[in-house]
Amino acid sequence: MIELQHIAKSFEVGGQPIFALRDTSESIQAGEYVAIVGPSGSGKSTLLNIIGCLLRPSEGAYLFNGEDVSQLEDRALSHVRQHQIGFIFQSFHLVPRLTALENVALPMVFAGIASSERQLRAKDVLESVGLSDRAHHRPNQLSVGQRQRVVIARAIIMQPAVLLADEPTGNLDTHSGQHIMELLESLNAKGLTLLVVTHDPNVARRANRVIVLADGQIVKHVKGEEMSAGSMPFV
Amino acid sequence: MLLDLMSLAWAALAGHRLRTALSVVGVAVGIAAVVALTALGEGARQYVIQEFTAIGSNLLSVLPGKTETTGAMPGMGGVPHDLTLQDLLALRRNIHAAQYIVPVSMGTETVSHGERRRQIAVIGSTTEFLQARELKMAQGQFLPASDVERGTPVVVLGHVTARELFPGQQPLGQVVRVGEWRMRVIGVLAEIGTQLGIKMDEVVIVPVGTGMKMFNRSSLFRILVKVRSPKDLDGTCAQVITILTERHDEEDVTCITQKAVISTFSSILQTLTLVLVAIGAISLTVAGIGVMNVMLVTVAERTEEIGLLRALGATRGNILGVFLVEALMLAGLGGMVGLLVGLGGVHLLTWWYPAVPAAAPAWAIGAALALALIVGGMFGVMPARRAAKLDPIMALQRR
Repeated sequence: MIELQHIAKSFEVGGQPIFALRDTSESIQAGEYVAIVGPSGSGKSTLLNIIGCLLRPSEGAYLFNGEDVSQLEDRALSHVRQHQIGFIFQSFHLVPRLTALENVALPMVFAGIASSERQLRAKDVLESVGLSDRAHHRPNQLSVGQRQRVVIARAIIMQPAVLLADEPTGNLDTHSGQHIMELLESLNAKGLTLLVVTHDPNVARRANRVIVLADGQIVKHVKGEEMSAGSMPFV
Repeated sequence: MLLDLMSLAWAALAGHRLRTALSVVGVAVGIAAVVALTALGEGARQYVIQEFTAIGSNLLSVLPGKTETTGAMPGMGGVPHDLTLQDLLALRRNIHAAQYIVPVSMGTETVSHGERRRQIAVIGSTTEFLQARELKMAQGQFLPASDVERGTPVVVLGHVTARELFPGQQPLGQVVRVGEWRMRVIGVLAEIGTQLGIKMDEVVIVPVGTGMKMFNRSSLFRILVKVRSPKDLDGTCAQVITILTERHDEEDVTCITQKAVISTFSSILQTLTLVLVAIGAISLTVAGIGVMNVMLVTVAERTEEIGLLRALGATRGNILGVFLVEALMLAGLGGMVGLLVGLGGVHLLTWWYPAVPAAAPAWAIGAALALALIVGGMFGVMPARRAAKLDPIMALQRR
């Protein structure tokens, strides 16, 4: 499903290219649950953003379902994001003036889905994450755990093929984090490909496999179960 | 999609009520100014047209002198001949399309009766003046039909003149003094108001021969020709010029049709209206800059949201649409409020001061709203483009 071929990403700083990612190749199959770990500045978020079509690689090819999306124009990339990829952010990124229901329905606005259908689908998805009684609450009226569940509902509303989560439990207490991970795993169990960037070894060890990044390169692959609780392989 | 964008924009505008209200007020002031000033200009134009049409559209005026620029130095010839009573008689003999050909002499004199006196415009003319200027008598009779050169000492008083010189008295048959002349009042005009800037209720009318002697003039102020049909206007004008050119050995008179006068005034007042609208547009421009400022602040505040929308699949075009619709709604709201305030203001003005001619033309209503939207579009497009150009990752990280 996801095929990265010799991907590199550089940013110009003071006229000099700084590589955030170099010669990275990886293959992720549909339905996999993959954790991406590594120290700060190792290129985890850059990798996730390239996979999420939010960044274009400077070099290499990125095949999504066999199509080289690294060469697509902006509109086509937007279409891939809209229909194939769901994003879960550490800091939620909910629109504060919209209700939970409206936030969940937001991706459908730009897909041209009728308002009545948006309402129905958003209600269903909110119910599936256990928030049907919070549909008309604004983000500031929800707990952080509830906010993250709204974000998950928003991420899956377009029935994407891949769910990308950047530190999904980073802002949550242990109990809420546990619930969120169970929710994400239940979605993965239904066939959704799940990629999680995390610093938390307890999250990483739940994945099928773990990609370890250091200095912009993949340095190791381990199985989730092989990770020891409480410690990261790069530490 | 447009309704969805409007719904998003409405939520965003409602989230900053004070800021939205201030921007709406800014646009509203500009639109109200444009509507009110257009109404005043258009009202003035309608008023002038009404004034001219009230005295008949079949009228043409013959004036001494030629209204054209010549190469001759001042004083080196080209001094116009007088427009005389003989010219009048020549026109009467030769122009058969004319219903009335009427001489007019003008001056100002002190008119008194007993201790009451006032400075008044004195018009000298003939009996046909009544029909030519579509006047009516309140009492008595108008000037008698007689030899134009004969200066009989009779006078017709305007409505106000009669009331002020003879308060509570019957003026007919009484004697008034016009300058050094003692004259008998033979009639009083019905109330008519102002015609072509002359307060016809505050004049006295004397036989033209008397008027010319009174003011010691040999030239008429003008000759009025009333034709039977508007289609005769141009031909009659040409005939008048030909006859008088023959008599004066040069073309030294000007013939103006009522149509031409209306058209000239109309175009002058239209220009005046445009100037007034342009002045109003200055405040609208300032309001537009206000809208742009608000939208720039909005884009800056909602950078993260823009990144989020891009991550959720919104295209650059979608983002442009979100902010452009917001700017258009802001300006459109201002336009509607401004229109209501402007029309309300005009209504109040004409209610308080009925003499002020003000009427917002129908096109101004549509134009005001269109103008507000144009302002919103013009000043909203830059912030919207700025939003659309944001890199999604940079925006999400608010960098």
